Amino acid sequence: MASLKEMRNRIGSVKATQKITKAMQMVAAAKLRRAQDNAQNARPYAERMAAVIANLAAGVSGDGAPKLLVGTGQDVRHLVIVATSDRGLAGGFNSSIVRMARDRIAKLIASGKDVKIITLGKKAKDQLRRLYSDRIIESYDVGSAPSLAVAQTIGGRIAELFEAGEIDMVSLAFSKFKSVVIQTPTFAQLVPAQVEGGAPIDLKGASYEYEPEAEEILETLLPRNLSVQVLTAMLENQAGFFASQMAAMDNATRNAGDMIAAMTLQYNRSRQAQITKELIEIISGAEAL
Amino acid sequence: MAGKLHFSLVSPERELFSGEVDQVDAPGSEGDFGVLPGHAPFMTALREGEVRLFVGGKVTTYDVRGGFADVTPAGLTILAESAVEV
Repeated sequence: MASLKEMRNRIGSVKATQKITKAMQMVAAAKLRRAQDNAQNARPYAERMAAVIANLAAGVSGDGAPKLLVGTGQDVRHLVIVATSDRGLAGGFNSSIVRMARDRIAKLIASGKDVKIITLGKKAKDQLRRLYSDRIIESYDVGSAPSLAVAQTIGGRIAELFEAGEIDMVSLAFSKFKSVVIQTPTFAQLVPAQVEGGAPIDLKGASYEYEPEAEEILETLLPRNLSVQVLTAMLENQAGFFASQMAAMDNATRNAGDMIAAMTLQYNRSRQAQITKELIEIISGAEAL
Repeated sequence: MAGKLHFSLVSPERELFSGEVDQVDAPGSEGDFGVLPGHAPFMTALREGEVRLFVGGKVTTYDVRGGFADVTPAGLTILAESAVEV
C-alpha cells in the first residue's frame, strides 16, 4: 500500500497530464476548423483540374498521348509516396496510413516489382525506414502547414523520375478526410493518370479548339496535376490529423479524469482509515490510565 | 448576345469567383481573348496578366499567374496557379 504522500503526488501528476491533454484537445479543435476550411477550399481546383484532364484525354489518344497520362505500358517499377503528418499524439492516424502502405509495398515486392518510396511527413519516414531504408529515395517534411511549394517540389521530382524512365507507376498513400470521426487511409494513383469516367461534355455539335495544341497543354498540365494531387493529400491529411488528435486527446482527458476519481477515492479511504486508527490508539491509551 | 456566361476562377487555395458574368477577358498564351456567352468550346494555356470580368457594366480585375482557361457550353473555368484581386 502506497503512503499517503505518494498517493498525493500521483494524483497531482495525473492532474497535470490531464491539463496538458485538455489543452492539446482544444488547440487541435481550433486548428481543425482552419484545416477543414483549407481542405474544402482546395477541392474545386482539384475537381476542375480532373475534369479538364478528362476532357483533354478524350481528345488525345494513341502514340501521341503523353506518358504521364497513359503510363509507360509497363508495370514493373513502382513509386509509392507515403504521406503522413510530422507529429504524433493523434491516435492511430499515422499508423493506419503507414500500415496500409506497408501492406501494399510488401505485396508489390512479393510479386517481383521494383519498389521505390518517397516519404512525406516525419512519421512516414520514422516508421518506414526500419523496414525499407534502402528503398526510400527521398524524404520530405510537411512543415508548419501544407504548402504548394513542397507539393511542387515533390510533383516536379516525380515528373523528373518519370521522364528519366526510372519508374512506371506512381501511387500516393494518404488519409482521406471524410468527417471529423472518419478518416480513411486511401491510395490514389497518380501515374498513369486516373481519368474520371464521367460522360463527355456535350459540345452541341461544335468541336474543341486548343491553343496551343492539346498535347502541349497536357504536357504542362499533367506535372501541375501531380503537384495539385500531392497538395490535396497534404491538406486532407492535415484536417484528418487534427480531427484524430482531437479525438485521441479527448479520450486521454477522460481517462485521466477517471483515474483521478478512482485515486482520490482510494486516497480519502486510506486517510480516513489512518485517522480512525489514531483515534482508537488515543482512546485505548486513555482507558489504560 | 443575350444570356449570361457562367464563370469560375479557381486557384489551388480556393475558389475566388463563381457566378454569372457578361464577359471575361483573359491573357491567353498566344494572345489575349474575350469570352462572351455562347462561346465555342475552347481551351488555352494562360500567361501572366490580368483577367477582367464584366458584370452589368462593372469591371473586376484579377492578377493571374500561370494556368489554363477552359470554355465549354457550361461556361468558362480558369485554373490559375495564383490569382489575386486588384
